Amino acid sequence: MGAVHISTTINGDTVEYICRPDESLLDVLRDRLGMTGSKEGCGTGDCGACSVTIDGRLVCSCLVLGAEAGGHEIETIEGMADGDKLHPLQQSFLEHAALQCGICTPGFLIAARSLLERNPDPTETEVRYWLAGNLCRCTGYDKIVRAVMDTAKDMKKKGRRNAA
Amino acid sequence: MPLDTKPNVIPTTFKTVGTRPVRPDGVDKVTGRARFGADMQAPGMLVGRVLRSPHAHARIVKIDTSKAEALPGVKAVITSKDMPAQEGCDMDVLTNVMARDKALYDGHAVAAVAAVDAAVARKALKLIKVDYKVLPHVTDVDEAMKPDAPILHAHIEHEYQQDLLETAGHVKGKKERTLPKGKRPSNIAGRYEFGHGDIKKGFAEADVIVEHEFTTEATHQGYIEPHACLASVSSDGWAEMWVCTQGHFMVRDVCAKLLGLDVSRLRVTASEIGGGFGGKTTVFIEPVALALSRKAGKPVKIVMSREEVFRATGPTSSASMKVKIGAKRDGTFTAADAILKFQGGAFPGSPVEMGAMCAFACYDLRNVRIIGYDVVTNRPKQAAYRAPGAPMAAFAVEACVGELSEKLKMDAIDIRLKNAAKEGTVSSYGPTFGPVGLVETLQAAKAHKNYKVKLGPNQGRGVASGFWFNFGGQTCTTLNLNSDGTLGLAVGTPDIGGSRASMCLMAAEELGIAYDDVRTIVADTGSLGYNDISEGSRVTFSSGLATINAARDCKKKLCQRAAMIWGIPEEAVEWKDGHARPAGANAGNFEPLSIKELAAKASGTGGPIAGHFEVNADGAGPSFATHVVDVEVDPETGAMKVLRYLVVQDAGKAIHPDYVEGQFQGGAVQGIGWVLNEEYIYGADGRLQNPGFLDYRIPVCSDVPMIDTVIVEVPNPGHPYGVRGVGETSIVPPLAAVANAVSAAMGVRATTLPMSPPKVLAALENKMRKAAD
Repeated sequence: MGAVHISTTINGDTVEYICRPDESLLDVLRDRLGMTGSKEGCGTGDCGACSVTIDGRLVCSCLVLGAEAGGHEIETIEGMADGDKLHPLQQSFLEHAALQCGICTPGFLIAARSLLERNPDPTETEVRYWLAGNLCRCTGYDKIVRAVMDTAKDMKKKGRRNAA
Repeated sequence: MPLDTKPNVIPTTFKTVGTRPVRPDGVDKVTGRARFGADMQAPGMLVGRVLRSPHAHARIVKIDTSKAEALPGVKAVITSKDMPAQEGCDMDVLTNVMARDKALYDGHAVAAVAAVDAAVARKALKLIKVDYKVLPHVTDVDEAMKPDAPILHAHIEHEYQQDLLETAGHVKGKKERTLPKGKRPSNIAGRYEFGHGDIKKGFAEADVIVEHEFTTEATHQGYIEPHACLASVSSDGWAEMWVCTQGHFMVRDVCAKLLGLDVSRLRVTASEIGGGFGGKTTVFIEPVALALSRKAGKPVKIVMSREEVFRATGPTSSASMKVKIGAKRDGTFTAADAILKFQGGAFPGSPVEMGAMCAFACYDLRNVRIIGYDVVTNRPKQAAYRAPGAPMAAFAVEACVGELSEKLKMDAIDIRLKNAAKEGTVSSYGPTFGPVGLVETLQAAKAHKNYKVKLGPNQGRGVASGFWFNFGGQTCTTLNLNSDGTLGLAVGTPDIGGSRASMCLMAAEELGIAYDDVRTIVADTGSLGYNDISEGSRVTFSSGLATINAARDCKKKLCQRAAMIWGIPEEAVEWKDGHARPAGANAGNFEPLSIKELAAKASGTGGPIAGHFEVNADGAGPSFATHVVDVEVDPETGAMKVLRYLVVQDAGKAIHPDYVEGQFQGGAVQGIGWVLNEEYIYGADGRLQNPGFLDYRIPVCSDVPMIDTVIVEVPNPGHPYGVRGVGETSIVPPLAAVANAVSAAMGVRATTLPMSPPKVLAALENKMRKAAD
């Protein structure tokens, strides 16, 4: 079977690409579109370094075919900051030193944002179980969990202030 | 001593050092902009792939590459014939990156292709026909030491020593209690011995003796970024390489030697590195990519799959050990003895020598002996893994110390305090310690709230201490003053854990300027003199030392420029708070000149201003740590939960405390993985059974609690600010600490790692059976 032509939306922009039917969405993002922010740590859905959302759902892009991605809304790490304004999670990861080598960081950020969209006030246990699909070998997770919980607290405070 | 050598006066107060600013590479890493090994492209780039042996041990009779070469889209196929031995090259490394007459382990590279895309490359690998003659194999360290074991290398010979009869009894044959005489081909590649005093006499003086045999399984560093490199050799023989490595100067020199290139013809740039922990201190795919590029005449990128990372990079050793410690009733150790046997994979070089040196380093011992055996097996050639060799040795030693404390009814920290190494202690491996902080870590651990928590049923507490030497090494650093007074700092040590932030802090501290005014880059091999690998916990120590001295060089030059402007002797100018100032009233009355003003005037006062420093750094200070952990064992399933974990470690001086804590926490959790889950599992066929993150399970977020930390600061006199390396010591105590906690919770001594649930259940059942008898 030859290459397929796909039209989809990535980080709000319409994107068209051609890919082979056996190519993963991760390969398409990295090798065809030059979006190397999503990382390949395993290629088998075990490490979460390639996390993206499709129509708001958190997935490993190494387990999705590029050919399946047509007509969806895909969000990657490259779309997380608003221009030069970092997402509160990105800022919090920096302030908490929640990264050492940084290879797992894009995946953790996408996964953590997905958590806070569903559960703006997670317990430590909820954070730990939600992020259990993302492997980090440097930090021991301590500062990552703190960064996520502090972001939730800050966003809640801001939310209250905005509502008042 | 030269007359101009001033004693090192370590400051007691700091302005910038010790603060916690955001790291300079941070924004790039949270936005996906940072470029790691696999993120680079080159025009006309080919995809490289490696064919690997499915056999643990096999003679390579013939390799037919003709069909692969004929496949459209294939631009180069190489075997060991394309990588002939070069004069002075390391044959073990060359043979490891591409098998020659034999495949020595499951995953050993036997051929490689470069093709227009990954699909063609994959297809080409399937078209390469290798005729193997399968040979008997051995993957277990004790099995490999037996006189009748399958031999990996005919040229390695060993004469058996009687000390082996004292251990597990694995070496002797089934019947005889004697060992073969004389040198004979063997898998024992080396024997090391350390110690002093008379252990026989020491054990005779003991009131209590504890003795156990221990085993640990091989584990992998488990960095999340697989090895990746992009090599480009041009037709005139100049070559460039982009690679994720802990040492790009090492990559350059080793690759140049393996391929017969002049070092100057190869320029290597270190990408951002997605974790290394020692596993990226050697070469695997880099020389292969260069050889493919040379043959194809195009850039070639190789990215390992996770399976390749597990099968064919450099996990650490598995170990078989015996430890014996004797003590007086008051807890004083009278003698200590250990035999350590480490397999290091298919080539000599297991970290047993360092394991032997570290084993008893925490203790002040009159009578001590450690013997270490380096053994080759049909497994991938081991590479360094964070404090190589020390965690396994500490596991065995600290288990015995823990049991002594139980037998003597002494507190686990008190018995360690009683015997702790301190300044003036003659270490078990030779040198006499200078100022070290083990006692301080023990005291801080004892005072911590975690040590006072009351435990519930099925819960246990474990304590363990650990030691790592730390290294200095070759370092070359340049600090360039920009025209606006900001600075560019070029270091040659890849940043594996936030070191650029620490370098900025030290340069800013020394110059009395703002952290944000210094930008640190990891320069390529064409831009600086040789720098050793980022290993041995040496970066903040030696690159930091070089940075401080480069800043001092810079200050000297800034003072010269101010002296020139003011028309006074340069001795009459001093540098303070980021300004050149007249040194005292006699020097004259001049307005201080800021670094920005001096930078603006640089072209008129002699041109660019830069500070340099080159050194083979000596004076690295050892770092000791004490860990305290509480676990709960589920007697129904054998599963374990870590309830709380405390790391107390001596950092000398914490330059950026966030990243010091990060090293403590990361090392502790890697250690937790090693003791609870992680292991290389080989089948009877010699093939690795679990080469993936699903079956080789590293700790995930929900497996661990917060990791509490206490930073102890006993300054290292060998560093201008007192820094000790911290990266490695943190993985030394966890195996022992967790195993001691599990043992306490089960009421049975854990002597084999990992303590996975089936092993815990078996131990508990065994205990119940014994109780019933």
